[in-house]
This record gives sequence, structure tokens and C-alpha cells, in this order.
Amino acid sequence: MARILLVVVVVALYILHQDIWFWNTAHPLVFGFIPIGLFYHACFSVAASVVMWLLVKYAWPSHLEREVERFDPEQEETAN
Amino acid sequence: MIPALVVFAYLAVVLYIGIFAFRQAGGRKKAEDYFLASRSLGPFVFLFSLFGTNMTAFAILGSSGHAFSNGIVTYGLMASSSGLVIPLTIFLVGTRVWALGKKFGFMTPVQMFRDRWECSHIGTVIFAIQAILLVPYVIIGIMGGGTTLNAVSGGRVPYWFGGAVVALVVMGYVFFGGMRGTAWVNTFQTVLFLLFGAIAIIVIGSAMGGFSSAVDTIQSSPALAPLLTRERISPLYFFSYTFIPLSAIAFPHILIFCLTARKMSQFRKTVIFYPICIMAIWLPCVFLGVMANRVSDVPQIRAKQEARRTLATQGKTLSPEARDELREQSTGDDVILRLLDRFAPLWLAGLLGAGIMAAVMASDSQILALSTMFTEDVFAFYGGKDRFGEAVQVLTGRVFVIILTLLAYVVALQAPETIFELAIQYAFSGFASLSPLLIGALFWRGSTKWGALSVALWTAFAVVAVAVFQAVVPAPAPGPPTVIWSLGSAEVLSRTPGGTAVFGFMPVVPMVLVSALLMLVVSLITRKPQAATLERYFST
Repeated sequence: MARILLVVVVVALYILHQDIWFWNTAHPLVFGFIPIGLFYHACFSVAASVVMWLLVKYAWPSHLEREVERFDPEQEETAN
Repeated sequence: MIPALVVFAYLAVVLYIGIFAFRQAGGRKKAEDYFLASRSLGPFVFLFSLFGTNMTAFAILGSSGHAFSNGIVTYGLMASSSGLVIPLTIFLVGTRVWALGKKFGFMTPVQMFRDRWECSHIGTVIFAIQAILLVPYVIIGIMGGGTTLNAVSGGRVPYWFGGAVVALVVMGYVFFGGMRGTAWVNTFQTVLFLLFGAIAIIVIGSAMGGFSSAVDTIQSSPALAPLLTRERISPLYFFSYTFIPLSAIAFPHILIFCLTARKMSQFRKTVIFYPICIMAIWLPCVFLGVMANRVSDVPQIRAKQEARRTLATQGKTLSPEARDELREQSTGDDVILRLLDRFAPLWLAGLLGAGIMAAVMASDSQILALSTMFTEDVFAFYGGKDRFGEAVQVLTGRVFVIILTLLAYVVALQAPETIFELAIQYAFSGFASLSPLLIGALFWRGSTKWGALSVALWTAFAVVAVAVFQAVVPAPAPGPPTVIWSLGSAEVLSRTPGGTAVFGFMPVVPMVLVSALLMLVVSLITRKPQAATLERYFST
């Protein structure tokens, strides 16, 4: 169920990218100088980061990690 | 000249990092160490380096240049869509490629395709197409280097010399440091740019007398006011751009980079913070690009605006050659550098120039990826490694780095296209069109090598067709496109001032959709790999 919800959230975000409602106007100017269309897409970037956090938290493909550990139990090498 | 000296000092530091990485390798001559840093990158280096790899001249100079001409739409077109699509593909595809690399020892995407689809020469075809599409990206880096050094030195360092210096420095640290050196340099560069990007916007903003007054000035001009909206861009064109970031995960240098993580958990931070990193770099660049239109006391910027005005008012009466020349004059790839030159104090202009240079030089990853692909997919695959040994394989990779960089430099001196156009029209659209290869290989048991071949050949055909079409049909003046083929009221194929439109979409949309369809249909009617092979890929 959680995965279906996440798919819906991702699709919704993709649709929200097409913000035709702010197409022809620069107003209101956020903080007095940022056109609303630009501010909307900056907020969209933040929203994308939140959605990515949800994906990582609730849909992380941990089975891949387990598979690799089965193949290569000595994973703990020196990190850069 | 002081800013140029700061940039030269920065280049020396970068070169030293590469040589330091070479020493850290302790003379190891293992291919996996040179090409993949022994699959041992930690979380911090992985995040910033992967991000830095994607932030090229296109992101910095191209974005501000595009915003100078087209306005705020640039951010929505490229940055916010990338902030969603790229981390999503890293999450879905990058993690799986990493796991397969750990399990089966792959070092390139083509090695995986050959194993997954039980093919050999089809893999070579995919290699060739990937390599041809990647070369423009390398050229962009060198062009960006030439532009940057020329601008920060106030024209004293000629374009050809700036490009040569960048080519030599990149060649040097890739040659010595391999993936480890490249990753460290990218991390250093990304941190530098993130740091100084914020300072740039504050300094330039206050020197301009505040952004509020700059926005007011732009709004009050009928010619410039549309730059604060998206009224000059059609929604279909805007939608098309969301297909472009599919290219990121299909770029071999990004996929190869996914193989360098020590643990899969290192993808977590990258996926989450990627959209924020994109915003931190693109938002200042786009905003400053738009604000540059308000500057009237910089002769170079004024000349660009005049060329744009002439193109808009007299474009229809001019010859295609004259229009192309005006278009070239009006491009704003160097506006951010002109702003620094005009508004930032000398020392800061130098540091910011170095920060921009940092992003411009991201072509290192592409050069290394091409070297890895050549030595693994061609040299080793056709027996060179067995015959001459691994040390010769690494040496071959290093020689390849030199040859490729020199060739890219020569082309960069000749190429007339702007950084932005060159990147978008060929490399990005082409790699987006190749993305169904990865989806098919990783998520669909039914995909076959013939499906993969059809995707690769279609991509090659489509890229050549678009290039030929745009070379044969001259770009019209700003305004309505030239319709070449229509069916009833539907405009099937048009030549637009900026490129090509198919049913109003950018070519990347039909390219990706046809690729996906070909993968599906051709795979359904051709023989699948053996059950044992499929079991290795889809066992869980």
C-alpha cells in the first residue's frame, strides 16, 4: 500500500511540474523580487527532495544490499 | 588580470589533487583501481562528486545564458525537472546497477548489456553510439574553459589558450589520478561552487542596487518584461523538457560512477539532497542571467541585447546566415562572467571565476568514462587484456585520455554552436533516447538483445536526422515556426528558431517514446536469453 501511495505522490509531483496557472504572470513578486513562477519551481525542488526522502525511507531496495552481501561478504573495505 | 591569476592558481591546486590521488594509489596498476577507485568511495565524496559530474559548463554558463535570452523559464525547464527525474532514476536504476557491478564485476554499462542479453557485437554497437554521443559533452567543457578564462581575464587570455589550459589540466589529473583523482577534484569543485555561488548572488545583487529595483526596471520594459514569465514558451515545449533528464542515468559516466560507491547506503543522501544541490546552483545562475538584462553599462551585454533586438525586429528580412550570426552574437553564455567582471571586487571575481571553472571542468568524468569504455568494452573484450596484461590495459586507458582530449580541443576551436544548443540537441536527447535500454535490462525479463539493438540504431538515426534537418532547413526569425510537414491542422514537423518540433514537442519526446516502443515490440518477437541468465538477474 505504501508503495502505491509513493507512486501516486511521484506522479502527482510530475504533473505539478506543468504549472500552467503561473504561465503569463510575474506577480506576486515573492520577497519583492522573485517572480512567482520562479519561486514556485524553487519550492518544487524542495518538494522533490522531500519525496526522495519518503522513497528512501519507505521503499529502499534493501533486498539488493542483502544479495550483494551474499555474493561478497567482505564488503567492508577502506573508504576514501 | 588578478581574477585570471586566481583561476590559474586554482587550476594548479586541481592538478595537484590528481597527482596526489596517483600517489595514494601507490603505483597500483589494477584496472578496477584506476577506472573505479576500487569501488571504495565514501558517502561525502560520492554525493558531491556524482553531483559535480552532472554540473558542467552547460549548467553554469549555459543556464545563465539561456536565462538571459529566455527568462525564468530556464529554471523550470531544466533545474526543477532534473531535481525530480535524476534522483528518481538514481534511486531506481543506479542502485540496481551498483548491485550488479558488485555481484558480477561490471565496470561499464556495455559489459552489463553483453552479459544480460548474451550478445557481443551488439554491445560494440551500443558502445560506439554512446561514445559518439558523449564526445560533444567533452567539447562543451573545453569550450566553457576557453570562455571562462577569456572573460575573467578581461579578454587578455585568448579563447584558444584558455581552452588549451583547461584541456591540459583535465587531461593531467585524469591521466594520473583516474577515478580517485576525478572524484576528489569533483568534490572539491562542487563544494567550491556551492560556497561561492551564494556569495556571488549577494555581492552582485547589492552592487546592482538591489534586485527589487532591477526587477522593476525589467518589468517596465515591454521587450524585457516577458522574461519574468513563461509566455514566450509553449506548454508542450515545457513538458518536452521533462524527458531530457532521463539522459542523466543513461550517460555512461554517471552509470560508471554509480559503480564506485563502497556501500549502497551511500546512494541515500545522494538521492535526497540532489534536488537541493541543483537548486543551490541553478537558482542563482538563472536569476543572475535574467538580471543581466537590466545592465546597460557593460558593452558586451549591450551588444547582445542589440543583436537580439535586431533579430526580433528585422529577422524576417535577413538571410539565414545573417540571422545565425545575430543569434551567435546574442547568446549569453558569458553573461554571468560579465556580471562578475562588472560588479564583483577583483579578488572575489577571481574566486568566483575559479568556482565557475570548477563546474565547467566536469568534462573530466566523461573523458575518464570514455577511456574506461574503450579499454573494457573494446580493448579487453577483443582480447587485448589477455594478450598484454592489465598494466597495459591501464596504460592504454591513459593514452586514450590524451588522444581524446586533444581531439576534443581541436573540435572546440572549430565548433560554432553555443554551449547550450550543442549539449541539448545531440548528447542529452540521444542519451534520453537510450534510457529504455536500462529499463529493459533491469526491470523486464522479456527484453532481448535485438530490442536493445533497435533502440541503439533508432537513437543514432534520430540524432543524425535532427542534425541534418537543422542543417538543411535554416532557423526562422523569432516568432512562429516554419512548418515543413502538416496533416490537416496538425503541424507534424516544424523548424523553430531554437531547433525542431514534432507535433509541437521537442524531438526528445518522440525519440524516447519510439525507443520504448521498439524495445517492447522487437523484444516480444525475438528470442529471449537463456533461463540461467535471467535467473541471475531476476532471482528475487
